Amino acid sequence: MTDITPIRTQAETQLLDYLRHPRSSLPVGDGSVIRRADAIARLEREGLPNRRVEEWKYTDLRALLREAAPPAERPSAADIAEARAQARVFADVAAVRLDFVNGHLAAQDAPPAGVTVIGLAQALAEEHPVLSNLNRVDVAGGNASYELNRAFLSDGVVVHVAAEQAVAQPLHLRFVNRGGAPFSTAPRVLVVLDKRASLTVLESHEGDVAAQPNSVVEFVLADDAQLEHARVNTEAAGTIALSTITAVVGTRAAFRSVNLHAGTSVSRHQLFVAYEGEDARVTLGGVTVLSGTQHADTTLVVDHAVPGGESRELFKTVIDGEAKGVFQGKIVVRPDAQKTDGRMMSAALLLSPDATMNNKPELEIWADDVQCAHGATCGELDDELLFYLTARGLPREEAEALLLQAFIGEALELVTDEAIREAMTGLAIDRLAKLA
Amino acid sequence: MPAVQETVERVRTLDVDQYKYGFETDLEVDKAPRGLNEDIVRLISAKKGEPEWMTQWRLEAFRRWQTMREPGWARVNYPPIDYQDLYYYAAPKMNPAPKSLDEVDPEILKTYEKLGIPLREQEILAGVEPARRVAVDAVFDSVSVVTTFKEELRKAGVIFCSISEAIREHPELVRKYLGSVVPVSDNFFATLNSAVFTDGSFVYVPEGVRCPMELSTYFRINERNTGQFERTLIIADKGAYVSYLEGCTAPARDENQLHAAVVELVALDDAEIKYSTVQNWYPGDAEGKGGVYNFVTKRGDCRGRDSRISWTQVETGSAITWKYPSCILRGDNSRGEFYSIAISNGFQQVDSGTKMIHLGRNTTSRIISKGIAAGRSENTYRGLVSAHRKASGARNFTNCDSLLIGDRCGAHTVPYIESKNASAIFEHEATTSKISDDQMFYCLQRGLDAEEAIALIVNGFVKDVLQQLPMEFAVEAQKLISISLEGSVG
Repeated sequence: MTDITPIRTQAETQLLDYLRHPRSSLPVGDGSVIRRADAIARLEREGLPNRRVEEWKYTDLRALLREAAPPAERPSAADIAEARAQARVFADVAAVRLDFVNGHLAAQDAPPAGVTVIGLAQALAEEHPVLSNLNRVDVAGGNASYELNRAFLSDGVVVHVAAEQAVAQPLHLRFVNRGGAPFSTAPRVLVVLDKRASLTVLESHEGDVAAQPNSVVEFVLADDAQLEHARVNTEAAGTIALSTITAVVGTRAAFRSVNLHAGTSVSRHQLFVAYEGEDARVTLGGVTVLSGTQHADTTLVVDHAVPGGESRELFKTVIDGEAKGVFQGKIVVRPDAQKTDGRMMSAALLLSPDATMNNKPELEIWADDVQCAHGATCGELDDELLFYLTARGLPREEAEALLLQAFIGEALELVTDEAIREAMTGLAIDRLAKLA
Repeated sequence: MPAVQETVERVRTLDVDQYKYGFETDLEVDKAPRGLNEDIVRLISAKKGEPEWMTQWRLEAFRRWQTMREPGWARVNYPPIDYQDLYYYAAPKMNPAPKSLDEVDPEILKTYEKLGIPLREQEILAGVEPARRVAVDAVFDSVSVVTTFKEELRKAGVIFCSISEAIREHPELVRKYLGSVVPVSDNFFATLNSAVFTDGSFVYVPEGVRCPMELSTYFRINERNTGQFERTLIIADKGAYVSYLEGCTAPARDENQLHAAVVELVALDDAEIKYSTVQNWYPGDAEGKGGVYNFVTKRGDCRGRDSRISWTQVETGSAITWKYPSCILRGDNSRGEFYSIAISNGFQQVDSGTKMIHLGRNTTSRIISKGIAAGRSENTYRGLVSAHRKASGARNFTNCDSLLIGDRCGAHTVPYIESKNASAIFEHEATTSKISDDQMFYCLQRGLDAEEAIALIVNGFVKDVLQQLPMEFAVEAQKLISISLEGSVG
């Protein structure tokens, strides 16, 4: 048997090189919860994930990332001001903003009552007890993108909502990348909700530079806590975006996350959810609109470890040009997780002959008294529906636009707040209009 | 919801400790030395009286195999296999070319009798046609013992013989098609098979011929520590039709036995091949000791326009099953079907499914898979549906249901759906709730409750297919399909 000696790609060599001279001054040594050394050792050992790694089968990062950009410098005050001025997403939604410019926490509004916001550097230095909530989702552990964030961690913030606090105003995590030369960022956000607390978190990623962001946002919901998360990605062309959301849900907690993908050249959005308390409800949704040579991957693992959990996943992908869509969803039901009710659906519309969609909806079930279903469809716009609309006098383009809006609308409906939903729908319609 | 009692009881009757075919036949055997090297490959080839090109073909495969790694992606666990600790050739000592059954060792005949396989051609009584006749190729360890009804098939132009005989008698057909569907280097087990395959069946149905009877092969592993590597090649020429059945059993032993088969089907224009399997290798005992490792590569190539290949499998045996009968839908308007019932019990591990590769225009495929896991078994459906750029108008419908009985087993679904063509329509569902509303409405309107209606529709559909399984297979299959789907999960 021949052994294959791994040859490092240029990007892998560059990444390891950057790690030898880290720019971040975060206290992330052996004693810290981050343990950067482990993540670096892993990168040295395994390199970037490629198509031979099952979870990265459809998104070969080793091939997609030809050149690894250096970690971003801390932006100047002028850059920060400009970046904040150019931010558009959710601009019309009243919210408390936490601004990250080039992956560094740059500005923040005063937090609402009952909410504590601490910079990650400070939390790490103080060894703040809330940090024990980092890295809590087992199924995210060992994930290549998550580990890269750990290795390159640039900055971050910790948000803590006290018990019983129902925070009315949304908290907006605003990530703006600007500048000339490409750079990489690796911010990490931890949001912890104590018992019966509730919060809405907006997250937006935008910018005018072909950056290489790799963000991780971790949510921890104690019993009966409620969290709504709405995320938009409209980064500039040329961007290779990795992102991970993790969530731990306690008893009767409710977590909802809806993502709109309307930018970037290459993206991989991951969601890892772990049920720690019984009867929790999780809803995950997503809309992805692709054209040209874009590549977008949505990968999620919902891990039911306790009884009575409910999960709903609905993802819609519209693909034009030579773009490539990927959906990999996995529902795990562990032996004790009886009475689990899981449903997952991925639907894709292919608008051009060169579009590609790869679906992999997986179930892994170890309990016998559960209901789990998944569905995946893939096809073009229904001729009969088009005929119905054109027969009623609508021009073909309008009829198509209407059907596309209806198609993605189903997933955006999952956003409960009207203003947020409208903002996302507006962006989605703009994006659809830009398709040929 | 949990499985209903009736289902639990039915599955119980299939439990590993109820294995009926675990007996052993005491025979004198002719064995190759233990282990695997080029000399063994040459020896097998010589034993089979093969021409030089075939020996070279095997040697090339063997050299290729030495550079390959055993695949590790399936959801199965087993201790590493020592490929040098197996016998690659074992044949009962007997007349190498028996003219009639009278020359076959009576012990072997008794074995098949015990298994209920009819090796004696039924005599046609004056004026009484038997209702259904089946030609059987009986493979015992490494050799084909007998093939029945050969004469009658020959009259129709159908060639049905062991693959060794085909290599000698019909080299032009074998050279043209062998390895054309499953290339020598396809995967680790297929490459190993290409190097050391010992026997199997060969079928050629000429243009426009509808094979006058069912063809079947019955595989029996008997010897200790032997690997069985059979190779089956079926070719349906233009407009031909053939239905083929395969059955397999093995004695109960404490050590694991290896079975790595390759099956290749070729359907030319307008041809149809139906391939059915009842796989009942020894599954191991209640503690998970022993059992057959079943690593099989089965693939059909719908090479011609309007051709059709359908796989039906009932999987109840084997300690480990690693098997993905697939269809390459190359010809325009061709159709592939896969119907599977996989039941695992005890410590069995099943990782099975199918691949439907749409290459031609207006190709259609359908996948219906039912997995039932009980005991401490693991049952995984793994399937790929893909449409290539030129496969416009391709259609697939996939439905896979799994059922768990007990809380120490696992059922998993891993479908891959890859579409590179906008006009391809793929639907995948793994739930019992998405049956056509019309059908549901019809049943409900007649007073059935939803659950009864679903069971009726799904079972009715599968039954349709399985009822076409003839002879003794049907009995077993019937028992299985009556298992209800109540409480199934996706």
